[in-house]
Amino acid sequence: MPSLKDLRNRIASVKATQKITKAMQMVAAAKLRRAQEAAEAARPYAERMGEVLANLAVAFEGRDDAPKLMAGSGKDDVHLLVVATAERGLCGGFNSNIAKLAREKARSLIAEGKTVKILCVGKKGFDSLKRDLGSHVIKTIEMRDVKNVGFGNADEIGREVLSMFDAGEFDVCTLFYSEFRSVISQVPTAQQLIPASFEASEGDAETGAAAIYEYEPDEAEILADLLPRNISIQIFRALLENAASEQGARMSAMDNATRNAGEMIDKLTISYNRQRQAQITTELIEIIAGAEAL
Amino acid sequence: MADTFQFELVSPEHLLLSEEVLEVVVPGTDGEFGVLKHHSPFMSTIKPGILKVRKDGNAWVEYFVRGGFADAGPNGLTVLAERATPVSEISADDLNQQIKNAEEDVADAKDDETRQKASMHLSQLKDVAEAFKAA
Repeated sequence: MPSLKDLRNRIASVKATQKITKAMQMVAAAKLRRAQEAAEAARPYAERMGEVLANLAVAFEGRDDAPKLMAGSGKDDVHLLVVATAERGLCGGFNSNIAKLAREKARSLIAEGKTVKILCVGKKGFDSLKRDLGSHVIKTIEMRDVKNVGFGNADEIGREVLSMFDAGEFDVCTLFYSEFRSVISQVPTAQQLIPASFEASEGDAETGAAAIYEYEPDEAEILADLLPRNISIQIFRALLENAASEQGARMSAMDNATRNAGEMIDKLTISYNRQRQAQITTELIEIIAGAEAL
Repeated sequence: MADTFQFELVSPEHLLLSEEVLEVVVPGTDGEFGVLKHHSPFMSTIKPGILKVRKDGNAWVEYFVRGGFADAGPNGLTVLAERATPVSEISADDLNQQIKNAEEDVADAKDDETRQKASMHLSQLKDVAEAFKAA
């Protein structure tokens, strides 16, 4: 049975923890709003890009001279997994969910006899993958100093991936990130970057607008110019989704923690009071017993 | 003044402009081109340069754009630029920094093709910087 003093100390310490989690929750809520706005602002660009590329891609469907970024290198022996996670923990299952998805994919690829290379964006992903897949991690990009993700950051990663592809270091590239659905729901997602796959929207076929388009320079050159950009854009979008997801996950994790701390304080307070009363009762009994003995 | 069309200027970070305009002049890779209402469907990549927008009368609003493409269709004109900044907000320092980066790209280029591309990029940036100084 802990003494009264111990109980008092514990209550004080849980209260301090609760204050911290409460503050973290509020900070995450404020950051979440900003991250969400950024993610929404980036959406039109990515969507337009997708539409245009889908239009162009139709023209190249099945042609031999299609760019490598679209058609792939013709093999799928070496896989590059780009795992985008957060720089900080204390955000529920956010990091571990992404890492889990990436780990499963890596395992199944290894089981098929393929070579797997991993590029980690964010420290937490590396931390959880290094134990069993450490030898596959070729590089970790830390975003610790980056407060708000800018297009420049994504572009750097994009260039890195492209230069590796050009050097023939991998055949297929998959990007792992967490899609932001809502504050309580973030879905870890895998997206194939190279070879690029486009889903032509149904409207295109009907309007046939692609057919009468004039291109300057010609289609092949535009496509060659746009495909590398598209990689950076996709990474940028993933990073923004990740940023929003991270704050969302942290917010709900900290909300839970605050509530749990509250429950714990209640329980501790009850046992503190009970013990205090027990002590008073014992003292009284001692006094009475002493008086009777006289 | 009913000859306006929908124009959108989008950068990865946000939608800069989305409104009805009279005329837009876009710095295309193969030359500047103007877009009025009912432009035929047309797509072009853009080079670093100044994009000009005329909303009404003769007042032009200028933007510095870099990397991306322009897409003119029945629904109007969309310009997707990797970087887009109103000219009033860019500074000479910013441009100099970009020129420096481009110079490094030229120095780093491994084969002729990339070097040619990088030096073209550099000369385009220098053109912009000169135009900016003159203004």
